[in-house]
Amino acid sequence: MNRKTLALVAPALWAASVTVSMAQTAAPPEAMSIDQQVNNVFATVTGPFVNLIFAPLPGTSFPWIVLWLVVAASIFTVYFGLIQLRGFWHSIELVRGDYSDPNDAGEVSHFQALTTALSGTVGLGNIAGVAVAVGIGGPGATFWMILAGLLGMATKFTECTLGVKYRNEYPDGTVSGGPMYYMKKGFAERGKPGGRFLAVVFSIFCILGSLGGGNMFQANQAHAQIEGIVGDFPGWITGIIFAGVVFAVIVGGIKSIARVTEKVVPFMGILYVGAALIILLVNYDQIGAAFGAIFAGAFTGLGVAGGFVGALIQGFKRAAFSNEAGVGSAAIAHSAVRTKEPVTEGYVSLLEPFIDTVVICTMTALVITISGTLITDPETGLFVLNEAGTSIATVGDVSGVALTSAAFATGFSWFPYVLAVAVILFAFSTMISWSYYGLKAWTYLFGEGKTTELLFKVIFCIFVVIGAAASLGPVIDFSDAAIFAMAVVNISALYVLMPIVRRELASYNERLKSGAIKRFH
Amino acid sequence: MPTTLLIGLDGTATGERAVKHAKQLATLIGDCELLVVYVIEWSPFSFQTAEENEQRHKRRKEEIAAALSRIVDPAVKELTDAGFSARGLVRHGDVAESLIRTATDEGAAQIIVARMSEGGFVQRFMGSATASLVMSAPVPVTVVA
Repeated sequence: MNRKTLALVAPALWAASVTVSMAQTAAPPEAMSIDQQVNNVFATVTGPFVNLIFAPLPGTSFPWIVLWLVVAASIFTVYFGLIQLRGFWHSIELVRGDYSDPNDAGEVSHFQALTTALSGTVGLGNIAGVAVAVGIGGPGATFWMILAGLLGMATKFTECTLGVKYRNEYPDGTVSGGPMYYMKKGFAERGKPGGRFLAVVFSIFCILGSLGGGNMFQANQAHAQIEGIVGDFPGWITGIIFAGVVFAVIVGGIKSIARVTEKVVPFMGILYVGAALIILLVNYDQIGAAFGAIFAGAFTGLGVAGGFVGALIQGFKRAAFSNEAGVGSAAIAHSAVRTKEPVTEGYVSLLEPFIDTVVICTMTALVITISGTLITDPETGLFVLNEAGTSIATVGDVSGVALTSAAFATGFSWFPYVLAVAVILFAFSTMISWSYYGLKAWTYLFGEGKTTELLFKVIFCIFVVIGAAASLGPVIDFSDAAIFAMAVVNISALYVLMPIVRRELASYNERLKSGAIKRFH
Repeated sequence: MPTTLLIGLDGTATGERAVKHAKQLATLIGDCELLVVYVIEWSPFSFQTAEENEQRHKRRKEEIAAALSRIVDPAVKELTDAGFSARGLVRHGDVAESLIRTATDEGAAQIIVARMSEGGFVQRFMGSATASLVMSAPVPVTVVA
């Protein structure tokens, strides 16, 4: 070791030894660990916000926010005449590039806008979120999750059409879009007041959502995965490592890391679905029974926590958290596409909840259901609840990612290792996506500029550490609450602006039918 | 109506051979327009980050400007200085597909390319752009060695 290296390393070693010795001498045995302290402070601070968002309807245990999402998705489905079914094939044609002008080659394609948005949504919601839903709500939660996914396609169509229509295009060719822009411009166009106010409120919630579901939840579950492989160790260590890598990408501009992730994540997704399909094929004789449990559980509860309502709430909550329909994040991601027709991006975006929830989440739920990791009473056939009575008892007393991992391990013993890598990559990719969404909201509020952007990015990295250190309960509550708060504001705006989308859709479909919109391939 | 000859450049020194051959051919033909085309390899099915998408339109413009100034415009100037009628185009996409589409759209009678620079493992594994071009082009293709 040369002198220069020694000069650099020595203070670090000294600092480390002092920290360790201080910890050994100063900390009483009953003192809380850093993780516990972070968790307690975090739970206390976020508690009131979480309680407000998940407040039940008077006289029931049904959270009003779930009803809000279901009603909105149903209204959009009816208002746009089952666009998710009627427009499904046209969406695929658009993604294939059938209507893309070859002279526009080199611009952002529909496929790229879709996959970019998907990389922000496909991830832990599909792996951990589904396990939480099935663990608490039983297989019946899957039914409601699929229904929420199908309905959510119409919501996504509405918000992404508006995202493209009202985006900002700057003289240098860059674009910025999202709910804050359609709230401001769309309300003004319709002569309605309050657009600017809603845009500000949405931006605040979007920042919280990016720090919660788009960051802390990801860091938390990534740490749980690493712990599952290497054994218990403090979460803040994972947090600091993750924060360092995220910092390198979003602040340091080391795009190669993000590029590698963007390329590896889709393959991980394919690998995940492939593994699930193989497990289902091997256990094909149980698929019928699994669907039976899903349908029966959807309406009876099969003895799960909260019964039928518990299954419904969990299904809708986790579906919304996974596919983000109505949340507004996709409108930010899709707005970069190069198209003269905003409706085309609406069509493309409706594939997102289908891929995310109807396909991938259902795969996870089926594998968990047929794996036998959920414990049933052999006499009654009903699920056995855990000691606290809060969720279904599982083999090995696992929940979240660990439950999915255990379920896949019944098919492939090595799969937990692949899943661990997938979770870490999914978590990282979702963090990068959400750092962008959060930044867009931040710059909407505080203006664009290097210092303001850097401040947000640093805050984002700090929350990575908090997320990894806190325990799952408070993190998942805050993540849900922040993301659903975005949906409250966004869906309110969608109600006001949906006549614009209907007008756009009618005009587009008419021109499509008449051949005015040219097919190139 | 002049005969259009499309010259595909790949940004390397080999392109000069294609230009030289095109000059000889144009001299023999007489009434001829030379169309210099450079294709920026790009796929609509690649994966990008949201930030890359946001910047894409700007980057595309920059890529086209760079390709024009470094590759296409010098070639066009060389041809016009030598007394030929010439113009240049930059396209994004798969090299072979883009050259074929441009040749079709512009009514080119022939495509002239120099043997592309890729070789070794990539060429064995993927097949070269030149090979794809020769196999799929609807007009004669001259590959200059």
